[in-house]
Amino acid sequence: MAPPQNRPGVSRSGFSKKAQFGLFTSYVAAISGAALGFVLLVISLVSPSSFTFARNAAADVAAPAGQLSAASRSTGKSVIDVISGYIEAGSKNARLKEELAIARSRLAEAEAIRSENVRLKALLGVRETDGKAVTAARLIGSTASSTRRFALLSAGKRDGVQVGQPVRSATGLVGRVLEVGNRTARVLLITDGESVVPVRRVNGDISGFAQGQADGTLIIRLIDLGINPLRKGDVLVTSGSGGLYRPNVPVATVANVTRDGAVARIVSDPAASEFVVVEPIWQPITELRAPAAQAAE
Amino acid sequence: MPLKGDRLPGSDLFTRRINRAPSPLLATAVPWITIAWASLLPLSPVIASAPVLPPLAFMFLVAWRLLRPGLLPLWAGAPLGLIDDLYSGQPFGSGVLLFSITMIGLEQVDGWLRWRGFWQDWLVASVVIAIYLFLAHIFAVFAGGTFHPAVIVPQLLLSFIAFPLLTRVIAILDLLRLARVRVLG
Repeated sequence: MAPPQNRPGVSRSGFSKKAQFGLFTSYVAAISGAALGFVLLVISLVSPSSFTFARNAAADVAAPAGQLSAASRSTGKSVIDVISGYIEAGSKNARLKEELAIARSRLAEAEAIRSENVRLKALLGVRETDGKAVTAARLIGSTASSTRRFALLSAGKRDGVQVGQPVRSATGLVGRVLEVGNRTARVLLITDGESVVPVRRVNGDISGFAQGQADGTLIIRLIDLGINPLRKGDVLVTSGSGGLYRPNVPVATVANVTRDGAVARIVSDPAASEFVVVEPIWQPITELRAPAAQAAE
Repeated sequence: MPLKGDRLPGSDLFTRRINRAPSPLLATAVPWITIAWASLLPLSPVIASAPVLPPLAFMFLVAWRLLRPGLLPLWAGAPLGLIDDLYSGQPFGSGVLLFSITMIGLEQVDGWLRWRGFWQDWLVASVVIAIYLFLAHIFAVFAGGTFHPAVIVPQLLLSFIAFPLLTRVIAILDLLRLARVRVLG
């Protein structure tokens, strides 16, 4: 190999004034680039929404590429599904029939409970949105190499998506909308460290918070400290407190019980769901009608 | 006309022929385009609930810089980092800062090291990528994540393994960069 002095591209300017000047300016440019980066970083840490416009514009531009890759993802998945479906068709069929019979009777019960619920809530005058989805869309990207967990949704302002709306798949909660572009929206996944979801155990009155850990798991912190009642395999659903997430959407199953909570695995892997649904904020303004106002009516 | 960074043996492969000549535009633009394209990795079919993919744009930058020193100007980190920031999910500015520092740092490393080789490049790249991922995680923590350094280990190992492969990809792109294209006259 040539000694470094003679290599092209390495900054050895020698006695040439022109080369020295060129080297100097390129260092000035590089260092001011780094300084600019530092300033941008500080601004975005102090007010995280400062550069929303740039990210949204970029996401809108790149959305078609994401659409394409999302479509290819679902195709690839369905090929695997078809093959594995052939292999286990018989036993699966028998099991599914059995499950269907049980599910039918459960559904009837659930219908009855739902209508009772509607009646009771009307009595209380709780203000909440109906369960109609804002829109259904594909997840067209995710920050797969950053330790922040965001996903890109292929629906935006045009489709009625607004900041704060929860996003769910058929199996469970995926996240909530953080930034909205024209045709795309950025979703904060529930596995991100900034995401906190109020949850409760599906059977029993244990409530807590599920915070993301960025490695695909959630940490469950219970509200009532004391003996930890959680067991491995417990299913956690949204509790509805805070008014953002509609209650009873599955969030996670407990994988490991810790001293004062648990580590839970998410139910709805965003990679496994082809389409996700954006739901309206459950209770836009949580305020119960004052009894006096009711009396005056 | 000698092209920037052209130091392959057998460089007559890339000399001008009748109606065909290497294009200076292509020779300059290919690294920029490939790094910017690698920034679009978040739009790939992989929807991950944990950080699993290596930081492809950054690895492309390091690989181009190590394989073809002098091809990218010293200040190239800032614009390329800006593009990466738009898609990476990191707090805005993290890429601009880290990419810029990397370019300056690699320039210094080039000054210290006496020669160049596959293992040395791999080692340098591994160290640089490890530092990058760690600092990127720290910035993400400041922006609202949880400090959990173990989370970057899978992608770190993947990056170490993937880097030699990536250098092969860069070598192919380099042939494309200096390929003869049709010219008039």
